Amino acid sequence: MQGMSFIVKTVTRLLIGVIFLFGIYITFYGHLTPGGGFAGGIMLACGFILLTLAFGKETSLGKLSDFWASMLDNLGAFTFWLVALLGYTGGYFFINFIEKKNPFGLLSSGTILINNIAIGVKVFASVFAVFLALTIFGRFVSGLAESEEED
Amino acid sequence: MLFVFYSLLIFCIIGSIIAIEAKNILASVISAGVVGMGLSIMFLFLGAPDIAIVQVVVEIIVLIILIRSTVSIDNTSIITHQDTFAILSSLIFFGLFLVFAFMAFRGLPAFGEPLMTVSSRYLENSVQDTGASNVIMGILLDYRAYDTLGEATVIFTAILGAFMVLRVKGKKKKEEADMVKVGIPFSEELQKSAALEKEDLSDTVI
Repeated sequence: MQGMSFIVKTVTRLLIGVIFLFGIYITFYGHLTPGGGFAGGIMLACGFILLTLAFGKETSLGKLSDFWASMLDNLGAFTFWLVALLGYTGGYFFINFIEKKNPFGLLSSGTILINNIAIGVKVFASVFAVFLALTIFGRFVSGLAESEEED
Repeated sequence: MLFVFYSLLIFCIIGSIIAIEAKNILASVISAGVVGMGLSIMFLFLGAPDIAIVQVVVEIIVLIILIRSTVSIDNTSIITHQDTFAILSSLIFFGLFLVFAFMAFRGLPAFGEPLMTVSSRYLENSVQDTGASNVIMGILLDYRAYDTLGEATVIFTAILGAFMVLRVKGKKKKEEADMVKVGIPFSEELQKSAALEKEDLSDTVI
């Protein structure tokens, strides 16, 4: 059996949705409550790392492979740059070009919400990719070396 | 309140000393994590919930990755040897640092006393200017968004470097394709052609 024991798997199955929901909440409401894209992205990455540790690498890599993790990383960076460059439509670099509405609503602050989501996606994908690179790639290489020695 | 804050500070200092002095790597990793948790509670007492959340989450992830990488090492205990010169020189330089830090920090205003007029302007106008009720996000992603772009670029570059160093598949096949394009023969082919030439020579001799 891959991964950890039955207890860990059950608790993970119960908690993983709440962890993802809280990460998404922290990301989306970063301009209203404490938090923001960085903290929310790391929470999402923590959820994926929990999946990897509890169920083994096949489950988490089936949901998000290392290729798509680096793709999401690029997507977040490009969205951030795009928002920065679209500021030229309103005047200068990084101007808040979307209209601001009622002060305490979700859509109240223009580009800050988009930037938060972009940073959240970027940090989530990059931290998960680093975890994959540090743990699974190394084990994979050692397995390859063992098989070569056997040959 | 101040008593709790100072006891947390002393707790963090003791934890970091244990983290340095522990002979077992796993024990020192765990005590470094304890220091981070104490630091996050200190941030909460100082009225910075944003930094406290980030500190807690990053501390957890760093602890997981460090334990994951230290547990795979079989021998987690370190063998140390006493070096009196290093200890003595570091003590002297630390004392010098303390003296100069005391001289430098005497000129600063008291802790928590506002010095800049810019920050008060941000606090007054941030809701009208940015529309974000969380002033920190307003400063991070509207007034100082260029700074955050730099941070994002730093993270991006770090991830790129980690992937380059830790990747499994090399670029050997691509290099071979380039060599074919340029016309450089491989070492195996060179040996083969050398063997062929030898055969030709032997044919002519006979």
